[in-house]
Amino acid sequence: MTATTPNRNPVQLPQTEFAVPGVRCAGCIAKLENGLMLDPGIASARVNFTAKRVAITHLPELQLPQLVNILGDLGFEAVPIAADVPDGTQQESREMLQAMAVAGFAMMNIMLLSVSVWSGAQGFTRDLFHWISALIALPTVAYSGRPFFRSAWAALRKKRTNMDVPISIGVLITTALSLFETFTHGPHAYFDGVVMLLFFLLTGRWLDVVMRSRARDGVSALLKQTASGAMVLGKDGKTRWIETKALSIGMEMIVAAGERIAADGIILDGSSSVDLSLLTGESAPQIVREGDRVHAGTLNIDNPVTVRVTAAGADTAIADIARLMEKAGQSKSLYVRVADRAARLYAPAVHTLAALSFLGWMLAGAGWHESLLVAVAVLIITCPCALGLAVPAAQIVVAGALMRAGILVKDGSALERLAEVDRAMFDKTGTLTRGRPEPVNLDNATDEQRSILLALSRASRHPLSESIRRTLEAAGTQAASLSKIREIAGSGVYAVSGTRDVSLGRPDYDMASAAMAAQLLIAGQTPFTIHFTDQIRSAAAETITELQRLGIESTILSGDRASAVAPVARTLGLTAQTAMLPEDKLDAIARQKKAGHRVLMVGDGLNDGPALAAGHASIAPASASDVGQNAADVVFLGDALTPVATAVRAARRTQQIVRQNFGLAIGYNVIAVPLAIAGQVTPLIAAAAMSGSSLIVVANALRLRGAAR
Amino acid sequence: MTGLALLIPVALGLGLLGLVCFFWSLKNGQFDDADGAALRILIDEEGPL
Repeated sequence: MTATTPNRNPVQLPQTEFAVPGVRCAGCIAKLENGLMLDPGIASARVNFTAKRVAITHLPELQLPQLVNILGDLGFEAVPIAADVPDGTQQESREMLQAMAVAGFAMMNIMLLSVSVWSGAQGFTRDLFHWISALIALPTVAYSGRPFFRSAWAALRKKRTNMDVPISIGVLITTALSLFETFTHGPHAYFDGVVMLLFFLLTGRWLDVVMRSRARDGVSALLKQTASGAMVLGKDGKTRWIETKALSIGMEMIVAAGERIAADGIILDGSSSVDLSLLTGESAPQIVREGDRVHAGTLNIDNPVTVRVTAAGADTAIADIARLMEKAGQSKSLYVRVADRAARLYAPAVHTLAALSFLGWMLAGAGWHESLLVAVAVLIITCPCALGLAVPAAQIVVAGALMRAGILVKDGSALERLAEVDRAMFDKTGTLTRGRPEPVNLDNATDEQRSILLALSRASRHPLSESIRRTLEAAGTQAASLSKIREIAGSGVYAVSGTRDVSLGRPDYDMASAAMAAQLLIAGQTPFTIHFTDQIRSAAAETITELQRLGIESTILSGDRASAVAPVARTLGLTAQTAMLPEDKLDAIARQKKAGHRVLMVGDGLNDGPALAAGHASIAPASASDVGQNAADVVFLGDALTPVATAVRAARRTQQIVRQNFGLAIGYNVIAVPLAIAGQVTPLIAAAAMSGSSLIVVANALRLRGAAR
Repeated sequence: MTGLALLIPVALGLGLLGLVCFFWSLKNGQFDDADGAALRILIDEEGPL
């Protein structure tokens, strides 16, 4: 997004963008913008509601964590958006829209003139109107045709062909012939047809771009930016915030409890437990002490620790995974989209047909001028106007329907690939399960215990207490009023309720299992131990059955231990491969591919990144790591697994509609082409046929609106 | 014919005006946040009196 207000200050103030998924209404916009403006360090703030973002121009002294805090105080959870992400689609969509606007303007004006030619204008008037049409059409073809010419030229240079080759040839030949007709006072000029063709095709292209940029905005609003930086301890004993990019080996980071670690390192001071689930898929937190290695992207749970950086940026374990992903993603870029596959058959057929009709009329004794007119009529009629709209129209309608159901589809080719899968491979932690511990026995607690628990858990940011808080708040529990609340890091929360001491903390038995349990102590009562498990997503079993009904067999690929995977596999009746490294997951997918299967990979973690990139299609939950969300074709919101089956079903339904649309387009050609070959097609018939067939395919695509149910 | 000489430039000119306006609004960022624009009219801008 570009800044809408020009900056009149001589010094360019830094601008930072945040994703704020919590903006839901006009009140939120006002609250956010006005609230931010109250801060003396902030020069301007502008909310983009469509993209759920806020752009803040601020003094350089104001650092990222402070800005996040200011936003947090206003009641909005905010995630910084990396500034160096190229905003290509925005630019592309604007260019398409401009080209479309020009083509639309030209189409309407030329049509205005054409109507009078069709209704019988003669002699000088007709010539004049043709000349004016030419004056409008030539710059329009030069301007609006660029996207097609560029892409056709790129394809031809690689000795390939795509949809844009027949379009470009048709447009150029028709324009040239119409110009000749105008010079020689001929009766028929096809300027209206050419420009209309461009307009309809650009509409299709623009829809395609809009779909991609909408999904991109949706996904970037979900990104958690694993760790955007760290508090670094300077030599002078002061701490300052340093971005991940600027971290270097030997720096000492202070990582607070609940923060993600920004770089690989060794713990210098303190002991804690770290959550590796995004990195390895392992569900149980790992205890780390002084001298232990920790990896970038993992979550520090219990205590603040000081970490000396041993690898940063391109050397971290995360960067290794990124390299693996890049290699794995190459096969996907070789995928040829349906429209281009159709064009490979269609283009030669159309060109042969046009050439044959030219030759036929020449042999039949017509002049070369008349024969050329017929050939051009054939080109115009067969130009893939409906084909160009058939695919994007269907895909954008279904993407809109899926988006309303909380499923974001990255692009059209994702839908096409998703429709073809016949094997599904699921990651366990965070994909089949919710990926966060949830209390299982709170129902056994008394009302008093529950209200004290809620009050205590509100005072801590520990993942276990946050999960208690969420569960109790959802159940509508009233919090007890406590006094003297204090949190001792690594131990628990302590307070006084009336006259009794209460506490919520680590159970007093062994450490290993303690990670997934907490204990509530109320003076004078027996301790109450809360157990946590990582629960299976709702509707998981139904989804697996549904996939089976669609002919897709599912298995589990997990990085977790066999003993942790077994219960999930048993519950869902799936076979599982366990303790897999990212490379192993890639191998498993490669084996299926070799056996002729097309694999749908469903996963969330960093360790799933390469597998997500390698799968024929891939789906990630919104709770996934940034890497997972970026690599996946489809991202779904919510706690249920149902969207996986919904997405596959909708994708298949889309392919069905696309095939119908192709059928309609071919059917229309079967009727119109003989007319064109017979020399019976006038510009009027061409214009009517073209717009008629386009409207029909769009109307057919609109039937997909309910496809996500 | 004199009617045509007047009306055709007028028709084209009006169309062109619309096109120019569209380009201007696009460049001005008016299409960047369509949903937000719909909501902003609901914001009460009056300051506390």
